[in-house]
Amino acid sequence: MSFVIRQVSRTSDGREIVRPTNSSGRSISVGRDAGCEVQLADLAVELRHASIELNDQNQVIVLSTCGLGFASNGRVTSRAEIDLRNGGELRFGSHRLTIAGGGESVIITVERVEALSDSSVDRDENGLFTLQRVLLSRRTGAWALLIAVLAIFLAWPIYTFETMQGVKKRPIAFHADSMWSTGPMSSAHKSLATNCQACHTQEFVAVTDTSCLSCHSKDAHKHADPARIARSKEAPDLFGRVGGFFKASFNVPEGRCVECHTEHEGAGKMQPTAQKFCTDCHASLDTRLTDTKLPNAGDFGTAHPQFRPAIVTDPTTAKPTLLRVSLDSKPREDNGLKFPHAVHLSKTNGIARMAQTMKAETGFGDALACKDCHTKTADGTRFKPVEMEQDCQMCHSLGFDNVGGTIRTLRHGEPLQVAADLRAYYRSTTPARPINLGGMVRRRPGNYAMAETAQDYAIGARAWPARGESAVRSVFAQGGACYDCHVISQTPAGWNVRKVVQPVRYMNKGWFDHNAHKTETCQSCHGAESSNLASDVLLPDLKSCRTCHVGEGGATLHSVKKPVESSCAMCHEYHVDGGAPWRTDLQLRKQKDRPKRADQIAMRIK
Amino acid sequence: MATQASNIPKKRAAQQTSRVRSDGKHEGFLRHRKFLWLKISIILSLIMIVSYAMVDVQPRHNGGSWYGYILGTIGVVLILWLTMLGVRKRAMTNGAWSLKAWTSAHVYLGLSLVVIGTLHTGFQFGINVHTLAYAIMMIVIASGIFGIVVYTIIPRAMSANRDEMTESEMLAGLRSADRQLHEAAQPLSQRFAELVRASLEQNPFSGGLMRRLSGSSSHCLTRRARDEIRGETGYRPNLGDDPLEKIDALLTRKEALLARFRQHLRLKAWLEVWLYVHVPLTFALIAALTAHVVSVFFYW
Repeated sequence: MSFVIRQVSRTSDGREIVRPTNSSGRSISVGRDAGCEVQLADLAVELRHASIELNDQNQVIVLSTCGLGFASNGRVTSRAEIDLRNGGELRFGSHRLTIAGGGESVIITVERVEALSDSSVDRDENGLFTLQRVLLSRRTGAWALLIAVLAIFLAWPIYTFETMQGVKKRPIAFHADSMWSTGPMSSAHKSLATNCQACHTQEFVAVTDTSCLSCHSKDAHKHADPARIARSKEAPDLFGRVGGFFKASFNVPEGRCVECHTEHEGAGKMQPTAQKFCTDCHASLDTRLTDTKLPNAGDFGTAHPQFRPAIVTDPTTAKPTLLRVSLDSKPREDNGLKFPHAVHLSKTNGIARMAQTMKAETGFGDALACKDCHTKTADGTRFKPVEMEQDCQMCHSLGFDNVGGTIRTLRHGEPLQVAADLRAYYRSTTPARPINLGGMVRRRPGNYAMAETAQDYAIGARAWPARGESAVRSVFAQGGACYDCHVISQTPAGWNVRKVVQPVRYMNKGWFDHNAHKTETCQSCHGAESSNLASDVLLPDLKSCRTCHVGEGGATLHSVKKPVESSCAMCHEYHVDGGAPWRTDLQLRKQKDRPKRADQIAMRIK
Repeated sequence: MATQASNIPKKRAAQQTSRVRSDGKHEGFLRHRKFLWLKISIILSLIMIVSYAMVDVQPRHNGGSWYGYILGTIGVVLILWLTMLGVRKRAMTNGAWSLKAWTSAHVYLGLSLVVIGTLHTGFQFGINVHTLAYAIMMIVIASGIFGIVVYTIIPRAMSANRDEMTESEMLAGLRSADRQLHEAAQPLSQRFAELVRASLEQNPFSGGLMRRLSGSSSHCLTRRARDEIRGETGYRPNLGDDPLEKIDALLTRKEALLARFRQHLRLKAWLEVWLYVHVPLTFALIAALTAHVVSVFFYW
């Protein structure tokens, strides 16, 4: 028996080259060492790795001689018996040894099956140096991202829309279509933020008024007759026509609520209407709506008509007669009072002197000020009507009798009671008794002086109750307490005081808020210090307002130092309901000259 | 000559560019035709900024105003056109619409998209699909800017590093070192044979993106083998017959080859990595843009 060792190598085109060697003897060794019969140029193989021995049962015993194992038929072991009739396969490092019996000899075929080093492995060099093997390929990445984004941000929201169709109130949870929201809702609609379908009821259909009116059925007051509104709209210019074309082609009807009330513009209050929505009609209203009584009104800075406050022209009628008169015509008001502001506000006259003496009890300053007589309403927007009892009587006393330190006053506003009280006073009292008639001293005959005094007193006392009539007359007639302030007339029924009407709000079509003008003095708008007649209308005119207020885009007729941009919506509102027009926090913040926060708080506490 | 060309009516000048530029100096896509596309894109951006300031959109600028729609339309057309570079680059031509001109326009118009896109948002951002599209667009543009920077810096460094060797030559050098190592290591004891084998079997391309970008050698088994062997031979006199000394020399040579190889891989990775952001995110952008546009019309 001998061993035939066939060393197989391959040419570059894969052809086999076999170099057989013979080895006699019953045992051969396998290893890297040059002395081994089966020499394996393999660094994973020990110098002397194993021995292969032939026994009598026609078997070869492979035994590891170095402690490192080898693989026999795929299994790692340190000892293997191979029956030559069946043959076997051994693996040492990168080499494969195939053992087979061949008649008288054992044939061991040795072949290298793995490359000698990693860099010697033939690789496709194309793309080897690029990042292709390191990263996900660009194409795969692109497709993956494309599909993921479309699925999450397009398909999912559409699925939500479809499944939530007809659901009145969505459950509180995340809804995929809220990812489509273009911005936070205003504070009024905050609760609808995740309920897109509250407004966007149909896909690819612009939000309709029906959605708005489903909640706002009561507060969306009509601005005017729709037919008249339609007639009064300006014909669109080229830009408007182009816009109209796009709106028509994208299925966006005009004149919807949302045109003015834009949403998703950020948290906080909803944005007020832009000036353009008003001026489209009102800037040149008379050209289209020829029967209108309204003057044309455009930009506040340049094209606003003079104010037309509602002035009392006759206070005597059951419902006082009010008439809207332009301030340009210098209107005079008849409110039933005689009240010269100038005298009361003077800093040098008797009234000022009187105010100084009353500092301690009333809190007056060195002269009277507006606030001493005019009281704000609770919200601070306007002023309450002046009340005699609270605002005048501290000076204009109606006291007429002193009973043990209690002052009896005439009843203000009730002329018949005033007359009755005065008559009762004279009826129930006597004139003061002369001092020398007093006491219990007997009157002696011959004391003529005393007798005369007693006689005079008796005559006077008898006539005393009749003095009431003249007292009543002197109160109501010229020079009397009532006559000073009121218009008095005498009727067969008695004295009549003309009704006094003090309008709380002059501008019923516009909104004026005194709160917003706290930085101004009263005098800077109302010229009360130089008004000598109660009939003066002390409202600031357009010119006065324009010293600060300019148009929406800052348009002015003359230069303004600290302009306050004022669109129509600052004072006017579309859905006329008598309340304040819509203002945003942003606009309030933007206001120039606004008092510092601390001052605002102080004012509020006051 | 170039100035003469600019006086010629545009069409003719465009036809002649390849002939006019005869001074042999290379003109890259960035300075193509004296920064023509840079100028165009600056003018475009300025027009957008000025009109943004002039147009009074009430109550405030946003993507849903008529002006916003115009900006959005320009933006989406521009993005789709910019994406077409991927198709266009596969066909190289010259002339007025040469690939170089196209690339130049791609870079500068892509940059002007920062202005157009940002103005389109009206500076209203939120956590929604619209801002997502904007964010992806900005990342794509940022990666593009990064790409331009590496394209201007890295090729020089790469050519300095490779010392006129091709990639195949680098690989061939490594193979040759490996063969010699294998040969020389045959008589070694198993401990050292294992060290050499580890060096031979290590894939020089192994490691992930981070190893490519850092060019780190801390995993290099060749270096470890050399250090170990040097630790052994360092205390012995070199008599010239120690196979370990030969191995040491071979490992040192391989290590030097590998260092250059790794630096090459590192530079190449930096040169390419931005594209792995730029291209896939462009497709993500197109998807987000689709969602953005559809959503606007869906909830009209």
